[in-house]
Amino acid sequence: MSLALARTPLDAWHRDAGAKMLEFAGYEMPIQYAAAGGEHGIVAEHGIVAEHQACRTSAALFDVSHMGRLRFDGEGSEDLLDHLLTRRVSDLPVGRVRYSLMCNAQGGVLDDVLVSNLMTPSERRFHLLVVNASNRGKILKWIEPHLQDYPTVTMSDRTELTAMIAVQGPRAVEVCSRLFSFDPKRLKYYRAVITDQFKKPVIVSRTGYTGEDGFELIVRAEEARRVWENLLMAGRDEGFTAAGLGARDTLRMEAGMPLYGHELGETVDPIAAGLGFACDLQGRSFIGDEKLRQIASAGPSQTRIGLLPVGKRPARQGSSVLNRAGRRIGVVTSGGPSPTLGRPIAMAMVDTADAKDAEFQIDVRGKPVAAVPTALPFYKRK
Amino acid sequence: MTRDTSKLHYAETHEWVDVGDDGIATVGISAFAIEQLNDLVYMDLPEIGKQVQAGDEFGEVESVKAVSPLYSPVGGEIVEVHGDLPDNLDQLKDDPYDYGWIVKIKLGDEGLPESLMDLAAYEKQCSEAG
Repeated sequence: MSLALARTPLDAWHRDAGAKMLEFAGYEMPIQYAAAGGEHGIVAEHGIVAEHQACRTSAALFDVSHMGRLRFDGEGSEDLLDHLLTRRVSDLPVGRVRYSLMCNAQGGVLDDVLVSNLMTPSERRFHLLVVNASNRGKILKWIEPHLQDYPTVTMSDRTELTAMIAVQGPRAVEVCSRLFSFDPKRLKYYRAVITDQFKKPVIVSRTGYTGEDGFELIVRAEEARRVWENLLMAGRDEGFTAAGLGARDTLRMEAGMPLYGHELGETVDPIAAGLGFACDLQGRSFIGDEKLRQIASAGPSQTRIGLLPVGKRPARQGSSVLNRAGRRIGVVTSGGPSPTLGRPIAMAMVDTADAKDAEFQIDVRGKPVAAVPTALPFYKRK
Repeated sequence: MTRDTSKLHYAETHEWVDVGDDGIATVGISAFAIEQLNDLVYMDLPEIGKQVQAGDEFGEVESVKAVSPLYSPVGGEIVEVHGDLPDNLDQLKDDPYDYGWIVKIKLGDEGLPESLMDLAAYEKQCSEAG
């Protein structure tokens, strides 16, 4: 078995741009980019905060090729996915995207996914499932035995044949409208289309993980660098920049979005994680449905909340959350400084009985820090 | 005053030390370390009067993504802390050797540890770290 880390099709570009590369989910990924390098369109001011702010004020490009892309072809693929996902797929019209969970029979979250129903220009219909990089192997293994119940369905892992680029920010839609033969302004939120860029196919999806408007693009691996450079070039005057996983994390935290391994895991149910909206429990059956119905009617034992630690000291994942009496009632699942708010923010899973308390304490490496609950998300675009 | 970085001593963990004639060691962190940390957001300082051994953790500095302990490069008693520094981390970045001093330590009897490096050795360590 090879332990070598995988590289995305944009790997050479990241290295040329002086990115700090770190292992993430078996891939070497850019965490943040270096300064300088005008030829690469990198902002002069560099680092996670600068990349974060570029996304909030202009737009940022993220290489998210590590995310798993699984394609389902054939009659009945919607029925297979219906059985696997907490949300209905059989009524998903062509061109629509849905956020959903995949659960085990105990209602624990195996992954959170985006499922799309897509039509090729030659009118072949297929479903696309985008899964977390860290869960791709597990999800492939999970789905495999179910395929025999749907003999007309084929699953193919397209991850390594393709690249995925997110372009996110208030200027993203306008700039992208110059690049595609299809006008992406016409694409509504959570819709996707297969179009082309310079005659090469691209899946454009109006989705993202930053709290900003924008797109996620899937292209053939060999087209990745060209599309990436075209986007940076097209947005150069608008201040587009490449951004790494560091900024991606602070952006999604501000947007109150869960991350698998933080807010989500196999011991967490979607109701506790605040994702009840992504569970269609009425009149259908899927893996985990009974357990989720029980949890939904009894109420989850834990609840995800937003916290504002008082002062400047960030509370990180794993810090205990205490109630006023000093009893441990939960744990910080994600936390760090918010570049937009200029203060620390945190998400935590706490006992439901205490979730409505007016004040909490977080044990930050042995030192108590007061924290005030706040509604999620921390940041909402205007 | 401008501190001459070629006259300072450096720890493997990126703290610098400037020992005055009065036996007081001024301690900070190097420009290289600050550049690596990037986007500093928080600093935790010790209490005045605290006794430290060389290698003890005396505080923390946090960037957006990481928490890094600050290790005392020398042993002794903390006699002064730069209380304004945590609120002015931008200035620490701009001026790590003068404005950016973190604590002053009255050197203990053992003096300066032999493991401290001069500038040339420290720069070599940094270049090897890439």
